Amino acid sequence: MPGPGSVRKGGRFGDVLFFNLTRTFAVFTLLMLAGIIVSLFVSSWPSIEKFGLSFLWTSEWNPPMDRFGALIPIYGTLVTSVIALVIAVPVSFGIAVFLTELSPLWLRRPLGTAIELLAAIPSIVYGMWGLLVFAPLFGQYVQPFLQATLGNIPGIGALFSGPPIGIGLLCAGIILAIMIIPFIASVMRDVFEVTPPLLKESAFGLGATTWEVVWKVVLPYTKVGVVGGIMLGLGRALGETMAVTFVIGNTNFLSDVSLFSPGNSITSALANEFQEAGSGLHSAALIELGLILFLITFIVLAASKVLLLKLAVHEGAKT
Amino acid sequence: MNLRTKRKLINKTALVLSLLAMTFGLVWLLWILVEVFRLGVGGLSWDLFTKMTPPPGTEGGLLNAIVGSFIMVGLATLLGTPIGMLAGIYLAEYGQRGWLGSVTRFINDILLSAPSIVIGLFVYAVMVIHMGGFSGIAGVVALALLVIPVVVRTTENMLILVPNSLREAAFALGAHKWKVICFVTARAARAGILTGILLAIARISGETAPLLFTALSNQFWSIDLLEPMANLPMTIFKFAMSPFQDWQKLAWAGVFLITMGVLALNILARVLFKEEIKR
Repeated sequence: MPGPGSVRKGGRFGDVLFFNLTRTFAVFTLLMLAGIIVSLFVSSWPSIEKFGLSFLWTSEWNPPMDRFGALIPIYGTLVTSVIALVIAVPVSFGIAVFLTELSPLWLRRPLGTAIELLAAIPSIVYGMWGLLVFAPLFGQYVQPFLQATLGNIPGIGALFSGPPIGIGLLCAGIILAIMIIPFIASVMRDVFEVTPPLLKESAFGLGATTWEVVWKVVLPYTKVGVVGGIMLGLGRALGETMAVTFVIGNTNFLSDVSLFSPGNSITSALANEFQEAGSGLHSAALIELGLILFLITFIVLAASKVLLLKLAVHEGAKT
Repeated sequence: MNLRTKRKLINKTALVLSLLAMTFGLVWLLWILVEVFRLGVGGLSWDLFTKMTPPPGTEGGLLNAIVGSFIMVGLATLLGTPIGMLAGIYLAEYGQRGWLGSVTRFINDILLSAPSIVIGLFVYAVMVIHMGGFSGIAGVVALALLVIPVVVRTTENMLILVPNSLREAAFALGAHKWKVICFVTARAARAGILTGILLAIARISGETAPLLFTALSNQFWSIDLLEPMANLPMTIFKFAMSPFQDWQKLAWAGVFLITMGVLALNILARVLFKEEIKR
């Protein structure tokens, strides 16, 4: 049968073509990741070669003298992200509990959407609002209050010392917290919803309160996913650029442990200095900062993904 | 206090705290929106859309920045969407088993949350250095690389939702797989895929970090893709950090435009998706 046969052949050719076309672009995604790592590594090679591993713990950042160390930006990135997590994790947990257990059904969708919109607002808006609206109020009212209360406690008091100028590590951490709440809260809500109703109903049937069901049934069942959500938030916080650049203060000197002091993060150092950095060691050092940031976020996000997949497999096996 | 009252008390406290957490989240959203509205509306005027970005101390608008943003976001969407859709189709229709599918899915989800500033650095290292300077086209490529993971994810998710009976029916009629995908499954999932594209556009319209080292910005009218190109986010960044009143006012107006645009796209995407689920 020559007629239908040839049509079929044409179709088969289309099949092969289409399969390979889609596969090419799937591979393209993988190449993108490899490309990022290789190109950043190559571009930062002068700096890697010159400073070696000591780049990570040297605090001197001196462009005129061509001496670079990443300690202060790395410190700033880690400290602001930790502050963000300390605030965002309990709040997101509360939001997820509210959305899954407390809220009336008709309110769940609008409230969930409102929280997700918080994630949609571009980071430059957070930055400008943070610098011109939030930071002045923060310096005028909140920081003196923190100083008067927490500042007197021996040990952690030093964290809240220094002049209350608004902008600084603490301010950046708080704004980061607001930005990552929606990510953590929506993951927590989604994983809370996979808890089998049967488990929850059994606990309620035994006379458990809502809180006991959340804390002793839902949370243990979903803890892998909850940690995954927190890691996702951490990944976001580490790489956030514009909001942090506006409010962190952008200085490469750090004299004390106070969270009120201005500092620098990897992203804000890149945003501020890269255009002025001539070719040569300065820009290589900045690109090395970018490489470090990418590797850290890659590990954090990969861990997050693995944990969330683990919960999904677990769930599949149970039901 | 007996155990019963204690348990009830703990329960009440926890639930009140959870209500407070919800309020805490909503307060920030409202506060930001109110401030953007209050400070942004004052800067809205006809000049905003008809005049170029001014030197400090003079009147002007954001015309070149708005046009530049539209050009770059538009081209980036055109460039990134087909790539993302094809990769998403592979994941949903061919890559459910096998290593390539799972590895790509894993890497794509990481790229989805990877810092956008690193994407900017990447494009700087592979394009800007070799082209000899910042350019609009480099900005387009950087934004397109951000579009791809979003579109891949939503395309795959939406195609998986299409019931298998639909595919089987088409196969039973003798259709080839690529025809089934293009004319049956992709068509059934099109509203969902469109949702993903809208979300991707919303994401890149506000992105500043990837443009820092690629498109840079331009004080003047620029539609040449080989030159640095004006755009809203970078203009806002520059103007907001400046001490000049006029510039800050323009920056607030720009922030107002971007925020409203992004929120509108997000809400539109959600409405579309809800319609799709209903059908």
